[in-house]
Amino acid sequence: MDIGTPLSTCPVMLTVNGEHHRFELHPWVTLLDLLRGPMELTGTKKGCDHGQCGACTVLVDGERVNSCLKLAVSLDGAEITTIEGLGTPQRMHPLQKAFVEHDAYQCGYCTPGQICSAAGLLAEGHAHSRAEIRELMSGNLCRCGAYTNIADAIEDVMSREAAKTVREAAE
Amino acid sequence: MLNHQSKVVGIPLPRIDGPLKVTGQAKYAAEHHEPGMLHGFVAVATVASGRIAEIDITAAERFPGVLKVYTHENRPKTAESDKNWKDMVAVPGHPFRPLENDCILYDGQPIALVVAESFEAARDAAPLIRVRYAPDEPHTDLGRERRQSYVPPQPRMEKMVPPPPRGQPELAYENAAFRISADYTLEGEYHNPMELFGTAVLWEETGGLTVHEKTQGSQNSRDYICNVFGLDPQKVTVKNSFVGGAFGSGLRPKHQLFLAVMASLDLKRSVKVELSRREMFYLTWRPATLQTVSLAADRDGRLQSVMHHAVQATSQYEDYQENVVNWSGLAYKCDNVKLSYELAKLDAATPGDMRAPGAATGIAALEAAMDELAYEIGMDPLELRQRNFVTHDQNHDKQLTSKALDACYREGAARFGWSKRSFAPHSMRDGQDLVGWGMATGIWEASLTQAEAKVRLFADGKVMVSAAASDIGTGTYTILGQIAAEALGVSLDKVTVRIGDSTLATTSVQGGSWTAASSGSAVQAASAAVKKTLLAHARTMANSPLADASEEEVSISDGRLVLERNHQVGLAIGDIMEAARVSSIEEHGKVAPDQAQAKKFASYTHSAVFVEVKVDGQLAIPRVTRVVSAIAGGRILNPKTARSQILGGVVMGIGMALHEEGMVDHRTGRIMNHNLAEYHVPAHADIDDIDVIFVEEEDAKVSPIGAKGLGEIGIVGVAAAVSNAIFHATGKRIRHLPITVDKILAQDTVLQRRAS
Repeated sequence: MDIGTPLSTCPVMLTVNGEHHRFELHPWVTLLDLLRGPMELTGTKKGCDHGQCGACTVLVDGERVNSCLKLAVSLDGAEITTIEGLGTPQRMHPLQKAFVEHDAYQCGYCTPGQICSAAGLLAEGHAHSRAEIRELMSGNLCRCGAYTNIADAIEDVMSREAAKTVREAAE
Repeated sequence: MLNHQSKVVGIPLPRIDGPLKVTGQAKYAAEHHEPGMLHGFVAVATVASGRIAEIDITAAERFPGVLKVYTHENRPKTAESDKNWKDMVAVPGHPFRPLENDCILYDGQPIALVVAESFEAARDAAPLIRVRYAPDEPHTDLGRERRQSYVPPQPRMEKMVPPPPRGQPELAYENAAFRISADYTLEGEYHNPMELFGTAVLWEETGGLTVHEKTQGSQNSRDYICNVFGLDPQKVTVKNSFVGGAFGSGLRPKHQLFLAVMASLDLKRSVKVELSRREMFYLTWRPATLQTVSLAADRDGRLQSVMHHAVQATSQYEDYQENVVNWSGLAYKCDNVKLSYELAKLDAATPGDMRAPGAATGIAALEAAMDELAYEIGMDPLELRQRNFVTHDQNHDKQLTSKALDACYREGAARFGWSKRSFAPHSMRDGQDLVGWGMATGIWEASLTQAEAKVRLFADGKVMVSAAASDIGTGTYTILGQIAAEALGVSLDKVTVRIGDSTLATTSVQGGSWTAASSGSAVQAASAAVKKTLLAHARTMANSPLADASEEEVSISDGRLVLERNHQVGLAIGDIMEAARVSSIEEHGKVAPDQAQAKKFASYTHSAVFVEVKVDGQLAIPRVTRVVSAIAGGRILNPKTARSQILGGVVMGIGMALHEEGMVDHRTGRIMNHNLAEYHVPAHADIDDIDVIFVEEEDAKVSPIGAKGLGEIGIVGVAAAVSNAIFHATGKRIRHLPITVDKILAQDTVLQRRAS
């Protein structure tokens, strides 16, 4: 990040996908550009850089956030989970599996943001119906128009998690 | 034609590239890095027309981290002739040349490239460039500029030229029992794929370039930069392994490709240029279009006259053209037809193909007009279409290779429940909401284009498919793998597909819905050739049980080449290759359109789309609550990815009907809503469930594999069906897309004023 200038940098500690990192960052670097640039975690996508499309959604301390709207220096001590932290091709997260199964993508560019957003949505526990999934996922645009399949994938995982909770409660 | 007892083709298998996409491992153009890579950021014009009187880059150049600022005053020299600047799918005119001179042709035109050590430095230095313009009065309003409309002197393609009039359309119109005539307006739309246009150029000491580029055709981009910069095609590789959507916007090279390569060659460094979302509105667009459709029918609803005229926007420097009106001459049976198409020049970037270019626009008008005619006659809109069903192409006087549109009407209507529709507008309600049901027909051409592919079979039964094809989200990786797997008797997980690389077998740009049919048939041909070679080796083996077997008699099963009628008789692939002393067999497959057949036959995909809307009775907010899209698209290679193609088309069609509108301030000629908050594309909450039906349609002529292609047909007719449903719900005919709340409410005011 050194651009050969006297402009001061700030020390920042971040935990990204379980790994601790120390950075010296200029204050104008966004979390998105830090992830995609120096960290080469390009699973997090840049679609607008304005918080309008949701492609850059990651989890910050478990909550879904548009990483393009966060300056990295404002997140000192935070725990970040990106799509790479959710699962790998060999060990996919249930949402990742469901997206593959339901063809909940086409070009795949909005997909990591959709999945991170869906993970945040499930953790929030506010969505109980298909209509609520749609409303609460509306910050994540998909230009390929995979919306109905994305709703299917999320509903699938949501109902399986609900069933698991019921089973666990019964045991 | 593929075997009907297929095991892999026709099965709804998940995408083979899916696990990479859902885990963030799929790398798109601008995601390719290299240590020491430089970053470019583009500065854009803030006037729509005129000249750059003065450009001062001093402050930007001094910004920490900046290496160089390029403008028209210091840009390295490139090719002089237009011919070198024309890409494979260029349109008539003079292609745009970035930083060529001081002329401003459109708002947002690139005027400088800042190259810096970091993205942030390039981004932050760009606004420090000071520009003084000598602006001209902008011309961006198609409604005004249509006064200077003209028939394009050089057609983009012969097939886009309207056919000469047939019969006596004017006379038939005057004498008909029922007639309607109306004007339809479409505002400009922007593709807005989610991935920003970006190019990462990896510069090599040896003079080689590897260019990761957002494009629908790696070989088109390679040829373009070689022609413009005078590079040796052997030393340039363009890759587009993953493309984050394009919808036509990636057919022609965009300026970031030129700028990234220019800076890389000049600085002898690797350079990346990624555009901003704002700049995505300055690249290309679905042109604003004004149309007039006049239809007439006899007392039985038989069409007596069809007249369709369109005026479409183009740029000052190129004559972009699409087929807007010709559909009206072949959609229905009619002997009196007049079609005409003109352009008008605007101070805007050259428009480009956007999902079903021309058809989405023209059929939106035709199918709204058909609905108007149905109401003029007092006939069910579906009945009117069925009554005018035509079984050959009257524009070209050709037979059709297939047309299962009648099945689309039947099955779509049954699934939707169309028979329960009340005819009268404003007659169905659901609580506060006015409910409307509308339908439309869709048509798109089913093309086969030249394509090549290679297929390699390894001794262990694994298969490699390779071609310079692209997968822009269409499912190309998967269907090419399926075709090879089927032909060579292996499961899909044994097949590796390599595409998105200009060094692989020649393939045209991915557009026109032709990739599945074309590249798919090339893979099938290559696979057949592999099998033939394998058999040839097997026959020469000592005591070969296949010595007398013919190609038709053998197939591959469980790693063995066997007799079709008795799988016990055969040889292991490994043994055949060992005997032949080869480790693999690779063959080349090639397809091209059948010119002899094309003289007699035409091929189209068809659809019938049924839509329910609910319009808030007080606030007039329209919502699409139900869609059934019935598609006749030939053989379906993968029902899962095929369905997704149609879903995507329908969603974009809903956007076209209700949301998408490029807004230009005609006083300044500048685009006002160049972001995703103010240019609304459908979001999750806008889209309810969509039902897709693929009707049975066998077509052995359209392509060797019987597939027709599905990338565009999904959008065609959707906007008309939505608009017709809104009429049915509200009794208001809104002929200006998108149908936003203000237009529905404004008609209210007009109606009330007239009443009072």
